[in-house]
Amino acid sequence: MAKALIPIRDWLLLWGDRFAPVLTFAALIAIWEAACRIFDIPRFLLPSPSYIVVGAMDQTVATWAANIWATVKIAFMGYILAIVVSIPISVGLALSRFLSRTVYPLLVVIHSTPVVAIAPIIIVVMGTSALPRVFITFLITFFPIVVTTTAGLMATPQELIELSRSLRATRAREVLHIRLPYALPYIFSALKISSTLAIVGAVVAEFIAAERGLGYFIELQTSFLKINQGFAALVLLVTISLCFFQVIGLIQKTFAPWSLPKKQ
Amino acid sequence: MTEKPLAIRFEDVTQIFGKPGGKSTTALDGMTFDIAQHEFISVLGPSGCGKSTLLRLVAGLVMPTRGKVSIYDMPVTEPRDEIGLVFQRPTLLPWFDVLSNVTFPMKHKYGRVDAADKVRAQELLGLVGLSDFADKRIEELSGGMQQRVAIARALLHDPDILLMDEPFSALDALTRDEMSFELLSIWTQRPKTVVFITHSIQEAVLLSDRIIVMTPRPGKIREILPVPLARPRSVDTLSDPAFLELSNYIRRQLFSHNVA
Ligand SMILES: Nc1ncnc2c1ncn2[C@@H]1O[C@H](COP(=O)(O)OP(=O)(O)OP(=O)(O)O)[C@@H](O)[C@H]1O
Ligand SMILES: [Mg+2]
Repeated sequence: MAKALIPIRDWLLLWGDRFAPVLTFAALIAIWEAACRIFDIPRFLLPSPSYIVVGAMDQTVATWAANIWATVKIAFMGYILAIVVSIPISVGLALSRFLSRTVYPLLVVIHSTPVVAIAPIIIVVMGTSALPRVFITFLITFFPIVVTTTAGLMATPQELIELSRSLRATRAREVLHIRLPYALPYIFSALKISSTLAIVGAVVAEFIAAERGLGYFIELQTSFLKINQGFAALVLLVTISLCFFQVIGLIQKTFAPWSLPKKQ
Repeated sequence: MTEKPLAIRFEDVTQIFGKPGGKSTTALDGMTFDIAQHEFISVLGPSGCGKSTLLRLVAGLVMPTRGKVSIYDMPVTEPRDEIGLVFQRPTLLPWFDVLSNVTFPMKHKYGRVDAADKVRAQELLGLVGLSDFADKRIEELSGGMQQRVAIARALLHDPDILLMDEPFSALDALTRDEMSFELLSIWTQRPKTVVFITHSIQEAVLLSDRIIVMTPRPGKIREILPVPLARPRSVDTLSDPAFLELSNYIRRQLFSHNVA
Protein backbone atom coordinates (compact mmCIF):
# COMPACT_ATOMS: atom_id res chain seq x y z
CA MET A 1 0.00 0.00 0.00
CA ALA A 2 2.64 2.51 1.12
CA LYS A 3 4.92 1.25 -1.61
CA ALA A 4 2.29 1.86 -4.23
CA LEU A 5 2.03 5.48 -3.09
CA ILE A 6 5.70 6.23 -3.60
CA PRO A 7 5.51 6.67 -7.40
CA ILE A 8 2.55 8.99 -6.90
CA ARG A 9 4.49 10.99 -4.32
CA ASP A 10 7.49 11.25 -6.69
CA TRP A 11 5.17 12.22 -9.48
CA LEU A 12 3.60 14.93 -7.36
CA LEU A 13 7.03 16.26 -6.35
CA LEU A 14 8.23 16.32 -9.93
CA TRP A 15 5.20 18.12 -11.30
CA GLY A 16 4.98 20.32 -8.23
CA ASP A 17 8.53 21.47 -8.90
CA ARG A 18 7.90 21.97 -12.58
CA PHE A 19 4.75 24.02 -12.10
CA ALA A 20 5.74 25.79 -8.87
CA PRO A 21 5.94 29.25 -10.53
CA VAL A 22 2.55 28.87 -12.24
CA LEU A 23 0.96 27.49 -9.08
CA THR A 24 2.31 30.40 -7.05
CA PHE A 25 0.66 32.87 -9.40
CA ALA A 26 -2.60 30.95 -9.49
CA ALA A 27 -2.65 30.89 -5.68
CA LEU A 28 -1.93 34.61 -5.46
CA ILE A 29 -4.72 35.44 -7.88
CA ALA A 30 -7.12 33.20 -5.95
CA ILE A 31 -6.20 34.91 -2.68
CA TRP A 32 -6.62 38.31 -4.32
CA GLU A 33 -10.06 37.39 -5.68
CA ALA A 34 -11.13 35.94 -2.33
CA ALA A 35 -9.85 38.97 -0.37
CA CYS A 36 -11.74 41.38 -2.62
CA ARG A 37 -14.98 39.45 -2.11
CA ILE A 38 -14.61 38.62 1.58
CA PHE A 39 -13.55 42.10 2.69
CA ASP A 40 -15.75 43.84 0.14
CA ILE A 41 -12.91 46.09 -1.05
CA PRO A 42 -14.28 48.97 -3.14
CA ARG A 43 -13.78 48.26 -6.85
CA PHE A 44 -12.23 51.66 -7.57
CA LEU A 45 -9.50 51.01 -4.96
CA LEU A 46 -8.54 47.43 -5.79
CA PRO A 47 -10.49 45.65 -8.50
CA SER A 48 -10.70 41.88 -8.19
CA PRO A 49 -9.09 39.76 -10.94
CA SER A 50 -12.51 38.85 -12.33
CA TYR A 51 -13.48 42.52 -12.49
CA ILE A 52 -10.19 43.25 -14.32
CA VAL A 53 -11.14 40.63 -16.88
CA VAL A 54 -14.52 42.31 -17.25
CA GLY A 55 -12.68 45.62 -17.77
CA ALA A 56 -10.50 44.07 -20.42
CA MET A 57 -13.56 42.82 -22.28
CA ASP A 58 -15.06 46.33 -22.27
CA GLN A 59 -12.56 47.38 -24.91
CA THR A 60 -12.42 45.94 -28.40
CA VAL A 61 -9.53 43.77 -29.47
CA ALA A 62 -8.66 46.45 -32.01
CA THR A 63 -8.28 49.05 -29.25
CA TRP A 64 -6.01 46.81 -27.24
CA ALA A 65 -3.99 45.88 -30.31
CA ALA A 66 -3.53 49.53 -31.32
CA ASN A 67 -2.36 50.49 -27.83
CA ILE A 68 -0.05 47.50 -27.49
CA TRP A 69 1.46 48.15 -30.88
CA ALA A 70 2.02 51.85 -30.08
CA THR A 71 3.89 51.03 -26.86
CA VAL A 72 5.86 48.11 -28.25
CA LYS A 73 6.92 50.18 -31.26
CA ILE A 74 8.30 53.01 -29.11
CA ALA A 75 9.98 50.62 -26.66
CA PHE A 76 11.56 48.63 -29.48
CA MET A 77 12.82 51.66 -31.37
CA GLY A 78 14.29 53.23 -28.23
CA TYR A 79 15.88 49.91 -27.31
CA ILE A 80 17.46 49.39 -30.73
CA LEU A 81 18.70 52.97 -30.73
CA ALA A 82 20.23 52.39 -27.30
CA ILE A 83 22.05 49.25 -28.51
CA VAL A 84 23.28 50.87 -31.71
CA VAL A 85 24.63 53.88 -29.81
CA SER A 86 25.88 52.11 -26.68
CA ILE A 87 28.05 49.38 -28.15
CA PRO A 88 30.33 51.68 -30.19
CA ILE A 89 30.54 54.03 -27.19
CA SER A 90 31.55 51.07 -25.02
CA VAL A 91 34.26 50.09 -27.49
CA GLY A 92 35.56 53.66 -27.40
CA LEU A 93 35.49 53.75 -23.60
CA ALA A 94 37.24 50.40 -23.30
CA LEU A 95 40.01 51.23 -25.77
CA SER A 96 40.71 54.88 -25.10
CA ARG A 97 41.72 56.37 -21.83
CA PHE A 98 40.96 59.79 -23.29
CA LEU A 99 37.34 58.85 -24.04
CA SER A 100 36.83 57.21 -20.68
CA ARG A 101 38.13 60.40 -19.02
CA THR A 102 35.94 62.71 -21.09
CA VAL A 103 32.83 60.94 -22.37
CA TYR A 104 32.22 58.68 -19.39
CA PRO A 105 31.67 61.46 -16.81
CA LEU A 106 29.26 63.02 -19.27
CA LEU A 107 27.30 59.77 -19.50
CA VAL A 108 27.16 59.53 -15.72
CA VAL A 109 25.70 63.03 -15.52
CA ILE A 110 23.13 62.20 -18.19
CA HIS A 111 22.21 59.00 -16.39
CA SER A 112 21.94 60.81 -13.04
CA THR A 113 19.41 63.26 -14.43
CA PRO A 114 15.93 61.97 -13.53
CA VAL A 115 14.45 61.12 -16.91
CA VAL A 116 10.92 61.69 -15.65
CA ALA A 117 11.90 65.25 -14.77
CA ILE A 118 13.45 66.15 -18.12
CA ALA A 119 10.90 64.23 -20.17
CA PRO A 120 8.48 67.21 -20.40
CA ILE A 121 11.37 69.41 -21.55
CA ILE A 122 12.33 66.84 -24.19
CA ILE A 123 8.78 66.80 -25.47
CA VAL A 124 8.65 70.57 -25.68
CA VAL A 125 11.95 70.63 -27.57
CA MET A 126 11.32 67.71 -29.89
CA GLY A 127 7.62 68.13 -30.55
CA THR A 128 4.84 65.59 -30.27
CA SER A 129 5.97 63.03 -32.83
CA ALA A 130 7.28 59.59 -31.86
CA LEU A 131 10.79 61.02 -31.75
CA PRO A 132 10.78 62.38 -28.18
CA ARG A 133 9.21 59.15 -26.89
CA VAL A 134 11.88 57.08 -28.57
CA PHE A 135 14.51 59.40 -27.17
CA ILE A 136 13.15 59.12 -23.62
CA THR A 137 13.16 55.33 -23.92
CA PHE A 138 16.71 55.52 -25.19
CA LEU A 139 17.76 57.67 -22.22
CA ILE A 140 16.43 55.12 -19.76
CA THR A 141 17.89 52.06 -21.50
CA PHE A 142 21.33 53.03 -22.77
CA PHE A 143 23.28 53.41 -19.56
CA PRO A 144 23.18 49.81 -18.30
CA ILE A 145 24.25 48.69 -21.77
CA VAL A 146 27.21 51.07 -21.89
CA VAL A 147 28.45 50.29 -18.39
CA THR A 148 28.07 46.54 -18.61
CA THR A 149 29.44 46.22 -22.14
CA THR A 150 32.46 48.32 -21.24
CA ALA A 151 33.08 46.12 -18.21
CA GLY A 152 32.84 43.08 -20.46
CA LEU A 153 35.25 44.50 -23.02
CA MET A 154 37.75 45.24 -20.26
CA ALA A 155 37.38 41.78 -18.73
CA THR A 156 39.00 40.10 -21.74
CA PRO A 157 41.96 38.01 -20.55
CA GLN A 158 45.18 39.98 -20.89
CA GLU A 159 46.83 36.95 -22.47
CA LEU A 160 44.52 37.09 -25.47
CA ILE A 161 45.24 40.75 -25.98
CA GLU A 162 48.95 39.93 -25.88
CA LEU A 163 48.39 37.09 -28.32
CA SER A 164 46.65 39.56 -30.61
CA ARG A 165 49.51 42.06 -30.28
CA SER A 166 52.10 39.36 -30.88
CA LEU A 167 50.33 38.55 -34.15
CA ARG A 168 50.33 42.27 -35.01
CA ALA A 169 46.61 42.05 -35.67
CA THR A 170 44.68 45.27 -36.21
CA ARG A 171 42.83 46.94 -33.37
CA ALA A 172 39.56 46.36 -35.24
CA ARG A 173 40.19 42.61 -35.28
CA GLU A 174 41.17 42.68 -31.62
CA VAL A 175 37.75 44.14 -30.87
CA LEU A 176 35.78 41.99 -33.32
CA HIS A 177 37.51 38.64 -32.79
CA ILE A 178 38.33 38.82 -29.11
CA ARG A 179 36.88 41.63 -27.04
CA LEU A 180 33.30 41.75 -28.30
CA PRO A 181 32.70 37.98 -28.22
CA TYR A 182 34.27 37.87 -24.76
CA ALA A 183 31.89 40.64 -23.68
CA LEU A 184 28.81 38.79 -24.98
CA PRO A 185 27.76 37.33 -21.62
CA TYR A 186 27.95 40.86 -20.22
CA ILE A 187 26.16 42.35 -23.21
CA PHE A 188 23.33 39.86 -22.94
CA SER A 189 22.75 40.52 -19.26
CA ALA A 190 22.68 44.24 -20.04
CA LEU A 191 20.22 43.64 -22.86
CA LYS A 192 17.97 41.71 -20.50
CA ILE A 193 17.99 44.49 -17.92
CA SER A 194 17.40 47.11 -20.59
CA SER A 195 14.61 45.17 -22.27
CA THR A 196 12.32 45.75 -19.30
CA LEU A 197 13.60 49.30 -18.88
CA ALA A 198 12.57 49.99 -22.48
CA ILE A 199 8.93 49.31 -21.56
CA VAL A 200 9.31 51.64 -18.57
CA GLY A 201 10.71 54.33 -20.87
CA ALA A 202 7.90 54.03 -23.38
CA VAL A 203 5.24 54.20 -20.65
CA VAL A 204 6.85 57.23 -18.99
CA ALA A 205 6.91 59.01 -22.34
CA GLU A 206 3.28 58.13 -22.97
CA PHE A 207 2.26 59.47 -19.57
CA ILE A 208 3.60 62.84 -20.62
CA ALA A 209 2.63 63.11 -24.25
CA ALA A 210 0.78 60.59 -26.34
CA GLU A 211 -2.59 59.86 -27.80
CA ARG A 212 -2.04 56.12 -28.04
CA GLY A 213 -0.23 53.41 -26.10
CA LEU A 214 -0.77 51.46 -22.91
CA GLY A 215 0.79 54.19 -20.75
CA TYR A 216 -1.55 56.77 -22.25
CA PHE A 217 -4.45 54.32 -21.85
CA ILE A 218 -3.76 53.81 -18.13
CA GLU A 219 -3.56 57.55 -17.58
CA LEU A 220 -6.81 58.12 -19.44
CA GLN A 221 -8.84 55.32 -17.84
CA THR A 222 -7.70 56.02 -14.29
CA SER A 223 -8.71 59.67 -14.72
CA PHE A 224 -12.23 58.31 -15.23
CA LEU A 225 -11.72 56.05 -12.21
CA LYS A 226 -11.91 52.99 -14.44
CA ILE A 227 -9.28 51.28 -12.34
CA ASN A 228 -10.06 47.82 -13.67
CA GLN A 229 -9.19 48.92 -17.21
CA GLY A 230 -5.98 50.44 -15.93
CA PHE A 231 -5.15 47.13 -14.29
CA ALA A 232 -5.92 45.26 -17.49
CA ALA A 233 -3.44 47.49 -19.33
CA LEU A 234 -0.93 46.91 -16.55
CA VAL A 235 -1.23 43.15 -16.92
CA LEU A 236 -0.53 43.56 -20.62
CA LEU A 237 2.55 45.69 -19.89
CA VAL A 238 3.93 43.08 -17.53
CA THR A 239 3.30 40.40 -20.13
CA ILE A 240 5.04 42.42 -22.83
CA SER A 241 8.03 43.01 -20.53
CA LEU A 242 8.27 39.31 -19.77
CA CYS A 243 8.05 38.37 -23.44
CA PHE A 244 10.70 40.92 -24.33
CA PHE A 245 12.99 39.51 -21.65
CA GLN A 246 12.36 35.95 -22.79
CA VAL A 247 13.04 36.79 -26.43
CA ILE A 248 16.47 38.15 -25.51
CA GLY A 249 17.15 34.98 -23.53
CA LEU A 250 16.07 32.91 -26.52
CA ILE A 251 18.33 34.84 -28.89
CA GLN A 252 21.25 34.26 -26.53
CA LYS A 253 20.48 30.56 -26.26
CA THR A 254 20.21 30.19 -30.02
CA PHE A 255 23.13 32.26 -31.25
CA ALA A 256 25.59 32.23 -28.34
CA PRO A 257 24.84 29.26 -26.09
CA TRP A 258 28.39 29.28 -24.73
CA SER A 259 27.76 32.72 -23.23
CA LEU A 260 25.01 31.46 -20.92
CA PRO A 261 25.85 31.40 -17.23
CA LYS A 262 27.27 28.01 -16.30
CA LYS A 263 24.92 25.78 -14.36
CA GLN A 264 26.38 23.98 -11.37
CA MET B 1 79.22 27.40 -25.63
CA THR B 2 77.73 25.95 -28.82
CA GLU B 3 78.46 26.50 -32.48
CA LYS B 4 74.79 26.88 -33.21
CA PRO B 5 73.67 30.30 -34.42
CA LEU B 6 72.45 32.79 -31.90
CA ALA B 7 68.68 33.04 -31.48
CA ILE B 8 68.09 35.52 -28.67
CA ARG B 9 70.50 37.99 -27.12
CA PHE B 10 69.97 40.26 -24.12
CA GLU B 11 72.55 43.00 -23.69
CA ASP B 12 72.45 44.77 -20.35
CA VAL B 13 68.65 44.89 -20.45
CA THR B 14 66.91 46.90 -17.75
CA GLN B 15 63.16 47.22 -17.54
CA ILE B 16 61.61 49.86 -15.32
CA PHE B 17 57.84 50.21 -15.07
CA GLY B 18 56.14 53.42 -14.06
CA LYS B 19 57.00 57.02 -14.76
CA PRO B 20 60.51 58.22 -14.03
CA GLY B 21 60.25 60.45 -10.99
CA GLY B 22 56.96 58.87 -9.92
CA LYS B 23 56.59 55.48 -8.28
CA SER B 24 58.51 53.01 -10.40
CA THR B 25 59.36 49.31 -10.29
CA THR B 26 62.58 47.92 -11.62
CA ALA B 27 61.46 44.58 -12.99
CA LEU B 28 64.74 43.56 -14.63
CA ASP B 29 68.18 44.92 -13.91
CA GLY B 30 71.08 44.60 -16.32
CA MET B 31 70.30 41.20 -17.82
CA THR B 32 72.89 39.87 -20.27
CA PHE B 33 72.70 36.41 -21.83
CA ASP B 34 72.63 34.55 -25.13
CA ILE B 35 70.32 31.77 -26.20
CA ALA B 36 71.41 29.55 -29.09
CA GLN B 37 69.07 28.37 -31.80
CA HIS B 38 66.97 25.37 -30.78
CA GLU B 39 68.22 25.54 -27.25
CA PHE B 40 65.77 24.76 -24.44
CA ILE B 41 66.19 27.40 -21.74
CA SER B 42 64.30 27.57 -18.48
CA VAL B 43 64.03 30.67 -16.37
CA LEU B 44 63.65 30.03 -12.69
CA GLY B 45 63.15 32.59 -9.97
CA PRO B 46 60.93 33.80 -7.16
CA SER B 47 57.55 35.38 -7.86
CA GLY B 48 57.73 38.95 -9.12
CA CYS B 49 61.38 38.78 -10.20
CA GLY B 50 60.50 39.74 -13.76
CA LYS B 51 60.24 36.40 -15.56
CA SER B 52 57.09 37.32 -17.45
CA THR B 53 58.62 40.69 -18.27
CA LEU B 54 61.63 38.91 -19.76
CA LEU B 55 59.27 36.92 -21.99
CA ARG B 56 57.36 40.01 -23.07
CA LEU B 57 60.65 41.64 -24.04
CA VAL B 58 61.51 38.70 -26.29
CA ALA B 59 57.98 38.77 -27.71
CA GLY B 60 58.35 42.45 -28.54
CA LEU B 61 55.32 43.33 -26.43
CA VAL B 62 57.32 45.75 -24.27
CA MET B 63 60.46 47.67 -25.15
CA PRO B 64 63.37 47.71 -22.73
CA THR B 65 64.00 50.86 -20.74
CA ARG B 66 67.74 50.38 -21.31
CA GLY B 67 69.86 47.85 -23.15
CA LYS B 68 69.10 45.78 -26.22
CA VAL B 69 67.10 42.66 -26.99
CA SER B 70 67.82 41.05 -30.32
CA ILE B 71 66.56 38.02 -32.21
CA TYR B 72 68.79 36.63 -34.95
CA ASP B 73 71.01 39.67 -34.52
CA MET B 74 68.19 42.09 -35.24
CA PRO B 75 66.97 44.38 -32.47
CA VAL B 76 63.40 43.65 -31.40
CA THR B 77 61.25 46.66 -32.18
CA GLU B 78 57.86 44.96 -32.57
CA PRO B 79 56.38 41.45 -32.25
CA ARG B 80 57.89 39.09 -34.80
CA ASP B 81 56.49 36.18 -36.76
CA GLU B 82 59.05 33.69 -35.39
CA ILE B 83 57.37 33.74 -32.00
CA GLY B 84 54.75 31.47 -30.47
CA LEU B 85 53.25 32.21 -27.06
CA VAL B 86 51.86 29.87 -24.42
CA PHE B 87 50.51 31.27 -21.17
CA GLN B 88 49.79 29.93 -17.72
CA ARG B 89 46.06 29.83 -18.48
CA PRO B 90 45.04 28.22 -21.77
CA THR B 91 42.83 31.25 -22.62
CA LEU B 92 41.06 29.55 -25.50
CA LEU B 93 38.01 31.04 -27.16
CA PRO B 94 34.89 29.33 -25.78
CA TRP B 95 32.79 30.23 -28.84
CA PHE B 96 34.99 28.16 -31.18
CA ASP B 97 35.55 24.42 -31.31
CA VAL B 98 39.02 22.97 -30.76
CA LEU B 99 40.14 23.11 -34.40
CA SER B 100 39.04 26.71 -34.85
CA ASN B 101 40.92 27.62 -31.70
CA VAL B 102 44.09 26.17 -33.18
CA THR B 103 43.59 28.01 -36.46
CA PHE B 104 42.57 31.23 -34.69
CA PRO B 105 45.94 32.98 -35.16
CA MET B 106 45.52 32.74 -38.96
CA LYS B 107 41.98 34.06 -38.83
CA HIS B 108 43.08 36.81 -36.51
CA LYS B 109 46.16 37.87 -38.43
CA TYR B 110 45.04 37.38 -42.02
CA GLY B 111 41.26 37.33 -41.69
CA ARG B 112 40.88 33.88 -43.21
CA VAL B 113 41.74 30.23 -42.63
CA ASP B 114 42.52 28.12 -45.66
CA ALA B 115 42.43 24.36 -46.10
CA ALA B 116 46.19 24.04 -45.57
CA ASP B 117 45.88 25.76 -42.17
CA LYS B 118 43.22 23.27 -41.16
CA VAL B 119 45.38 20.34 -42.23
CA ARG B 120 48.28 21.70 -40.21
CA ALA B 121 46.01 22.31 -37.23
CA GLN B 122 44.79 18.72 -37.43
CA GLU B 123 48.42 17.49 -37.54
CA LEU B 124 49.26 19.58 -34.50
CA LEU B 125 46.28 18.19 -32.64
CA GLY B 126 47.74 14.76 -33.40
CA LEU B 127 51.10 15.93 -32.09
CA VAL B 128 49.56 16.99 -28.76
CA GLY B 129 47.46 13.82 -28.58
CA LEU B 130 44.07 15.33 -29.36
CA SER B 131 43.37 14.04 -32.90
CA ASP B 132 39.86 12.98 -32.01
CA PHE B 133 38.91 16.23 -30.33
CA ALA B 134 38.95 18.63 -33.29
CA ASP B 135 35.23 19.36 -33.23
CA LYS B 136 34.76 19.33 -29.46
CA ARG B 137 33.74 22.43 -27.59
CA ILE B 138 36.32 23.94 -25.25
CA GLU B 139 34.23 23.42 -22.13
CA GLU B 140 34.25 19.68 -22.82
CA LEU B 141 38.02 19.52 -22.31
CA SER B 142 39.99 19.12 -19.09
CA GLY B 143 42.55 21.73 -18.04
CA GLY B 144 45.42 19.63 -19.38
CA MET B 145 43.70 19.12 -22.72
CA GLN B 146 42.98 22.84 -22.99
CA GLN B 147 46.65 23.59 -22.42
CA ARG B 148 47.54 21.11 -25.19
CA VAL B 149 45.21 23.00 -27.51
CA ALA B 150 46.94 26.24 -26.48
CA ILE B 151 50.30 24.67 -27.36
CA ALA B 152 48.96 23.54 -30.74
CA ARG B 153 47.68 27.08 -31.32
CA ALA B 154 51.13 28.51 -30.56
CA LEU B 155 52.75 26.06 -32.99
CA LEU B 156 50.38 26.75 -35.89
CA HIS B 157 52.60 29.18 -37.78
CA ASP B 158 55.58 26.95 -37.01
CA PRO B 159 57.39 29.57 -34.94
CA ASP B 160 61.09 29.15 -34.48
CA ILE B 161 60.93 30.49 -30.95
CA LEU B 162 58.43 29.22 -28.41
CA LEU B 163 57.86 31.34 -25.31
CA MET B 164 56.10 29.59 -22.46
CA ASP B 165 55.08 31.37 -19.27
CA GLU B 166 54.51 28.78 -16.54
CA PRO B 167 52.46 26.71 -18.98
CA PHE B 168 51.91 23.75 -16.67
CA SER B 169 51.60 25.44 -13.30
CA ALA B 170 47.80 25.43 -13.32
CA LEU B 171 47.73 21.65 -13.84
CA ASP B 172 47.71 18.87 -11.29
CA ALA B 173 51.01 17.14 -10.55
CA LEU B 174 50.35 14.02 -12.64
CA THR B 175 49.18 15.90 -15.72
CA ARG B 176 52.09 18.21 -15.25
CA ASP B 177 54.68 15.43 -15.48
CA GLU B 178 52.89 13.96 -18.46
CA MET B 179 52.89 17.34 -20.21
CA SER B 180 56.61 17.82 -19.53
CA PHE B 181 57.47 14.63 -21.37
CA GLU B 182 55.05 15.50 -24.12
CA LEU B 183 56.68 18.88 -24.55
CA LEU B 184 60.08 17.19 -24.81
CA SER B 185 58.78 14.89 -27.50
CA ILE B 186 57.27 17.81 -29.44
CA TRP B 187 60.53 19.72 -29.12
CA THR B 188 62.44 16.68 -30.43
CA GLN B 189 60.11 16.31 -33.41
CA ARG B 190 60.02 20.02 -34.17
CA PRO B 191 63.21 21.60 -32.90
CA LYS B 192 62.65 25.11 -31.58
CA THR B 193 64.26 27.64 -29.34
CA VAL B 194 62.20 27.39 -26.18
CA VAL B 195 62.19 29.89 -23.34
CA PHE B 196 60.32 28.16 -20.57
CA ILE B 197 59.36 29.98 -17.40
CA THR B 198 58.64 27.92 -14.36
CA HIS B 199 58.53 27.86 -10.58
CA SER B 200 59.35 24.19 -10.55
CA ILE B 201 62.99 23.20 -10.14
CA GLN B 202 62.24 19.66 -11.23
CA GLU B 203 60.57 20.84 -14.43
CA ALA B 204 63.45 23.18 -15.23
CA VAL B 205 66.12 20.51 -14.73
CA LEU B 206 64.19 17.81 -16.55
CA LEU B 207 63.49 19.88 -19.64
CA SER B 208 66.32 22.30 -20.18
CA ASP B 209 69.73 22.57 -21.80
CA ARG B 210 70.48 25.49 -19.52
CA ILE B 211 68.70 27.18 -16.63
CA ILE B 212 68.74 30.90 -15.91
CA VAL B 213 68.34 31.32 -12.16
CA MET B 214 67.22 34.79 -11.16
CA THR B 215 67.43 36.83 -7.96
CA PRO B 216 64.37 38.37 -6.30
CA ARG B 217 63.31 41.88 -7.26
CA PRO B 218 64.86 43.60 -9.04
CA GLY B 219 65.44 40.57 -11.25
CA LYS B 220 69.07 39.91 -12.06
CA ILE B 221 70.84 36.80 -13.23
CA ARG B 222 72.05 34.86 -10.25
CA GLU B 223 73.55 32.09 -12.31
CA ILE B 224 73.22 30.32 -15.64
CA LEU B 225 73.51 26.57 -15.15
CA PRO B 226 74.10 24.00 -17.88
CA VAL B 227 72.16 20.79 -17.33
CA PRO B 228 74.56 17.84 -17.69
CA LEU B 229 71.91 15.24 -18.50
CA ALA B 230 71.83 13.17 -21.65
CA ARG B 231 68.90 13.29 -24.05
CA PRO B 232 66.41 11.87 -24.71
CA ARG B 233 65.26 12.27 -21.14
CA SER B 234 62.70 10.00 -19.58
CA VAL B 235 61.19 9.06 -16.23
CA ASP B 236 64.54 7.47 -15.37
CA THR B 237 66.17 10.88 -15.64
CA LEU B 238 64.26 11.91 -12.53
CA SER B 239 66.27 9.47 -10.42
CA ASP B 240 69.62 10.18 -12.10
CA PRO B 241 72.16 11.30 -9.43
CA ALA B 242 73.15 14.27 -11.61
CA PHE B 243 69.48 15.32 -11.75
CA LEU B 244 69.15 15.21 -7.98
CA GLU B 245 72.44 16.95 -7.42
CA LEU B 246 71.56 19.85 -9.71
CA SER B 247 68.05 20.15 -8.27
CA ASN B 248 69.40 20.32 -4.74
CA TYR B 249 72.03 22.84 -5.74
CA ILE B 250 69.39 25.15 -7.28
CA ARG B 251 67.15 24.77 -4.26
CA ARG B 252 69.97 25.84 -1.97
CA GLN B 253 70.73 28.78 -4.26
CA LEU B 254 67.13 29.99 -4.32
CA PHE B 255 66.70 29.76 -0.58
CA SER B 256 70.13 31.03 0.42
CA HIS B 257 69.03 34.67 0.57
CA ASN B 258 66.39 33.74 3.13
CA VAL B 259 69.05 32.32 5.41
CA ALA B 260 71.68 34.98 4.94
N1 LIG C 1 52.89 46.53 -17.13
C1 LIG C 1 53.43 46.71 -15.91
N2 LIG C 1 53.30 47.89 -15.27
C2 LIG C 1 53.83 48.08 -14.06
N3 LIG C 1 54.52 47.15 -13.36
C3 LIG C 1 54.67 45.94 -13.93
C4 LIG C 1 54.13 45.65 -15.24
N4 LIG C 1 54.45 44.37 -15.55
C5 LIG C 1 55.14 43.89 -14.50
N5 LIG C 1 55.29 44.82 -13.52
C6 LIG C 1 56.02 44.66 -12.27
O1 LIG C 1 57.28 44.12 -12.57
C7 LIG C 1 57.65 43.14 -11.62
C8 LIG C 1 57.93 41.82 -12.33
O2 LIG C 1 56.74 41.33 -12.89
P1 LIG C 1 56.66 39.96 -13.67
O3 LIG C 1 55.24 39.73 -13.99
O4 LIG C 1 57.62 39.99 -14.80
O5 LIG C 1 57.15 38.93 -12.57
P2 LIG C 1 57.18 37.34 -12.63
O6 LIG C 1 58.54 36.91 -12.30
O7 LIG C 1 56.60 36.87 -13.91
O8 LIG C 1 56.21 36.95 -11.43
P3 LIG C 1 55.32 35.65 -11.26
O9 LIG C 1 56.25 34.52 -10.98
O10 LIG C 1 54.45 35.96 -10.09
O11 LIG C 1 54.55 35.47 -12.54
C9 LIG C 1 56.51 43.04 -10.64
O12 LIG C 1 56.84 43.79 -9.51
C10 LIG C 1 55.35 43.68 -11.34
O13 LIG C 1 54.51 44.32 -10.43
MG1 LIG D 1 54.80 35.80 -14.40
